[in-house]
Amino acid sequence: MSMKSFPKPSELPVPAGAEGWEKLYPYYLVFQDKLKEQEDAKFWFCDSQHWPTVFKPFETIGGEFAVKCLGQYNARHLMIPNANGIEFRVHLGYLYMSPIPVPEDQIAARVPLFEERVGYYFQNWPRLLEQWHTKVKGTIDEMEQITFAKPPAVVPIEDIHSGKAMDGSEVLLDNYDRLIQLAYQNWQYHFEFLNLGYIAYLDFFNFCKQVFPNIPDQSIATMVQGVDMELFRPDDELKGLAALAVELGIQSAFENADDADATLGAIRASAGGEHWMTRWEEAHEPWFNFTVGNGFYGHDKYWNEYPEIPLNYIKDYIARLDAGQEILRPVEGLIAEKERIVEEYRELLDGDNLAAFDGKRGLAAQCYPYVENHNFYIEHWTMGVFWRKVRELSRLFHAEGFWTEPDDLLYLGRNEVRDAIFDLVTWWGVGAAEPIGPSYWPEEIERRRAIVDALKTARPAPALNTPPASITEPFTRMLWGITTEQVQQWLGEGEAVEGGGLRGMAASPGVVEGPARVVTDADQLSEVQQGEILVATVTAPSWGPIFGKIAATVTDIGGMMSHAAIVCREYGLPAVTGTGSASTTIRTGQMLRVDGTKGIVQILDAPTVEGPGAHSHSHDHDEPAHV
Amino acid sequence: MQDTQYIQFFDGGTEPTLANLGGKGASLVTMTSAGMPVPPGFVVTTAQFDAFMHEAGITDHIHALLAGLNPDDITEVDAVSATIRADIESRPVPAEARAQTVAAFEALQSRFETPVPVAVRSSATAEDLPDASFAGQQDTYLWLEGFSAVGEHIRKCWASLYTSRAIIYRLKNNIPNEGLSMAVVVQKMVNAKASGVAMTLDPTNGDRSKITIDASYGVGEMVVSGQVTPDNIVLDKVTLTLVNEHLGDKHAELVPDLAARRLVEREVDAERRSRRCLTDAQLTAVATLAKRAEKHYKTPQDIEWALDADLPDGENLLLLQARPETVHSNKPATAPQPVVSTTTAPGQAASSGFSWNSVKLFA
Repeated sequence: MSMKSFPKPSELPVPAGAEGWEKLYPYYLVFQDKLKEQEDAKFWFCDSQHWPTVFKPFETIGGEFAVKCLGQYNARHLMIPNANGIEFRVHLGYLYMSPIPVPEDQIAARVPLFEERVGYYFQNWPRLLEQWHTKVKGTIDEMEQITFAKPPAVVPIEDIHSGKAMDGSEVLLDNYDRLIQLAYQNWQYHFEFLNLGYIAYLDFFNFCKQVFPNIPDQSIATMVQGVDMELFRPDDELKGLAALAVELGIQSAFENADDADATLGAIRASAGGEHWMTRWEEAHEPWFNFTVGNGFYGHDKYWNEYPEIPLNYIKDYIARLDAGQEILRPVEGLIAEKERIVEEYRELLDGDNLAAFDGKRGLAAQCYPYVENHNFYIEHWTMGVFWRKVRELSRLFHAEGFWTEPDDLLYLGRNEVRDAIFDLVTWWGVGAAEPIGPSYWPEEIERRRAIVDALKTARPAPALNTPPASITEPFTRMLWGITTEQVQQWLGEGEAVEGGGLRGMAASPGVVEGPARVVTDADQLSEVQQGEILVATVTAPSWGPIFGKIAATVTDIGGMMSHAAIVCREYGLPAVTGTGSASTTIRTGQMLRVDGTKGIVQILDAPTVEGPGAHSHSHDHDEPAHV
Repeated sequence: MQDTQYIQFFDGGTEPTLANLGGKGASLVTMTSAGMPVPPGFVVTTAQFDAFMHEAGITDHIHALLAGLNPDDITEVDAVSATIRADIESRPVPAEARAQTVAAFEALQSRFETPVPVAVRSSATAEDLPDASFAGQQDTYLWLEGFSAVGEHIRKCWASLYTSRAIIYRLKNNIPNEGLSMAVVVQKMVNAKASGVAMTLDPTNGDRSKITIDASYGVGEMVVSGQVTPDNIVLDKVTLTLVNEHLGDKHAELVPDLAARRLVEREVDAERRSRRCLTDAQLTAVATLAKRAEKHYKTPQDIEWALDADLPDGENLLLLQARPETVHSNKPATAPQPVVSTTTAPGQAASSGFSWNSVKLFA
C-alpha cells in the first residue's frame, strides 16, 4: 500500500509577513538547503503538546535542552537497544521531531550495556531518586541566588586594597552563563529517571499485551499510576485553603479575587484572616512555583507572581463548597478501584506468568510516579525560577533603553544575550555616552516581533514527509501518542467516525455529552463554565482547578501518558487525546459527545458551514487551518 | 409466598437438593440464590409427585405393567407407556398440593402487571448423572397461559417418566422403577427483545481477560443456531471497557406469537440492523452477569442471556443457561509468546529480531 504523505517542510506556505523567519533561530535548528535530501527522507512529527505556540528566539532553550537531554539518555547513558534519541528542528516557529533508530547490526551489542545500566538504577532506585531530589533542589536554590546588577559606578576601595582587580562585570557575565548552565543541569537530571520510568512501564505494558491480548492501555496505566501525586499538591493546597476560608466564614473577602491586593487585605482584616494568611504563605514554597502554562514559555504565568490566579481558583472552590459540592479528589475510591483491577488481572494468571506480572508491575509502580511527579520539580519549579531570572535580566536592559517592552529579551537568542551583556558592560566599563544596544535592538526586535506574530497566524502541520509503515519507537508512541493509526488518521485514511467527528486516543474512560469550551491559551481558563467539555491543543496539569468543573477533555495532541490523560484519569473524567485538530474543528458552544472509552468525539450539532475545521482533518491540500 | 413441602420458589431461600427439586430445579434455585437473575418461577417438588402417586394408588399397578416387559418389543412398550401416561395425566392432584401450586402460580403472576405465559419443564432427579440423561426426561412446554394449562402440563411432565424411551432405557440399563420421582419447573417465559450468549474468555485465543458477547434481537435461538449474524463485542473482563466490536446484520428476529403459542420470524428494519442491539448500560450488565456466573462456578462460563421486554430497565437482564466453557478451560492459561510486532506493541521494531522480551531489566 502506498502511504500518502505529509507536506515537505519546503512545501508549507510561509505566512505573509513571516518571510526570513529562519534567521530568528540558530542555524542548527532549521532545515538546511544542503541537507534537503536527507531531511526530506525522514518523518517528522510536530510536538505541539509541549510547544503549542510559536517560539520567540530565546524560548527555543526549553525545546533544545529537553529533547537533547531525552536523547542522550537513550543513546549515551542507558544504551537503549532499539532507540537512539530524537532529532529536532524548528520549522515556521514550531518544533518537529524525528526519532533516530538504532541500526540493526548495533542492537545486539547494546543489550548487555543496557541491562547493566538500567539494572543498576532499578535496583538502587530509592537511594538514587532521593539523591535526585537533592541535586534538583540544589540547582533550584543556586538559581534563586542569582542576581543581575550593573557593575558599580566606582570600584569599591576595598577591591583596590585587596588587589581584586575586577570591575564587577564578570559577575554579570558569569551569572548569566550560570543561569543557562543551571537550567541545562536540571534538564539533564530531568531525564535521568524519566526514560527509566518509561522503560519500566513499557516492559510491563508489553507483558500485559502478551498475556492479555488487546488489554486496554488504560488498564495498564491504572495498575501502575500513583494516586496521590506531588503534581496534584498545588491544587490540593488550594482546596485546603478554600475549606479553611469556609470554616472561618471569610468567603466574602474573595468577591473580587481579580484584585489580589484588595482580596488579601480584606482577608487580613477579617476575623481569623491572619490564620488563613499564614496557611497561604506556607503553601507558597514550593507549591506556588506552579504555572498555568507548561514551563516552556517566557510568558507563562506562575501562581507566586500572579496571586490572582490561585485566589480565583480558591474563590471557585469556595463557591462549590458553599453549594454543597465535594471538591476533594476521590482518592480512596481511586485506590480501591486500582487495587481491584490489579487483583482481578492477577487472578487470571498463575506460575511464571504471575511471578513475571508481579515483578514487572512492581518495578513499573516503583518507577512510574516519577513520570508524573518530576513535572512539578522541573517544568514548574525550575523553569518558574528560570523565567523569573530571565525577566529580571531583561528589565535591567529595559531600564538602559535596550528595548521598549520589559520582557523583550525573549526576542534575542540566548547567545545574542551574551553579546548584549558585553555591549552593556563595555559601555559602562569604558565610560562611553551610551551602549550600542538602544540604537540597534528596538528596531530589530520590532522586526522579529512582526515575524513571530505572522508565524502565529498558522497552525503547524501535524507531521512532515512520508511516515514509516509503522511507528515503533517506544517514547514516540507512549508520550506523544504518535501511533501508526494516529498518523493514518491525520492523513485522512483512518476509519471515519460515523456521523462525523474525531478520533483520538481513548485516554480516560467514560462517555459524556456537553457544550464545548475551546481553550487555546491559559488566559481563557477563567471562561470555563461548570459542565463544559474542555477542548484544547494540550492541557497542563496546573489547570487542575478547572478539572473539577469540566465534564470531559479533548486535546489535539498527546498519548495515554500525556498530562491531560493522567489528570483526567485521576479526576475520573472522560478524555480523548491526540485528535490532531479538535481545537480547530470544534467551536465553543457546540454540543459534543465524548467517548473516552473508544476515543471518539462527536459533534452533535455539526456546523453547516464549509471551511477549515468544518469537517474532519484530511490534510490532502496542505493548507494549514488558520486560527 | 412461603416455600412448602410441595412448592419451592427459586428465590424462596430453601436449600435446594437434587432429591427434592431434580437437577434443573436445583440449579435454578442455586443460581437465583447466587444473585443470578434467572427468569422467576418455582419448582413443584418431588414430594408433590410422590403424594400424587400415593393418592392415586397406581404405583403397584405400574410396576406390574412394567414387569417382564421386553425392551425390544417396541409395540408392546408403546402400548404400556400410553396406558400409564394416560392414567397419570387423568388423575386429580391431592387437594393440598393443588391448592399450593395454584397459590404459587398466582404469586408468580402477581409479580407482573398483566398475566405472563410460563414454561413448564420436567426436572428429573437422575438427570445429572453422567450416563443417565436421556430424552423424555427433558419435556418442556412453552407459552402456557392460565393455571389449567399449567396443571395439565405438570402432569404431562410427571407422565414423561414413562415414555417408551424412558422405559426402554431403564430396562436396558437395569435401572429399577422403584423410587422414581420427578420435579417440575414452572418458570416465566422470557419475552426476549434481545438475547445472545456471553463467554468469559476470548474463544479465539483462550484469553481469560476478556468477555465475548454475541447479541441479536428477539429470542436467542437464531444466534445459537447461526441463522443471524449477531453483534459481536469483546470487553475487557476487569474494567468492562470495550476492546472490539463488530456489528452484525441481525436481519431477522424470533418473537413470540402468543395466539399461535409459538415463535415467529420477523424481519428487522434497516435502522435497528445498523445499530448495536444493546445500549452501553445493557452491555455492561451482560458482561457483569457473565463475570458473576464465572465467579460463582469458579471456571470460565458460556452463558445464554436475554433482555425481557416485560421487566423494567435495570431488572430485565435474565440468565437462561450457564455452562462451563470446555474448549480452552482445560488448557493451561495463555503463556506469553515472543511478540511478533503488532500495532499494539510499542517498542517492538517491526523488522528486527530485537524483542524486549529478551532483555532483563534487573542486572
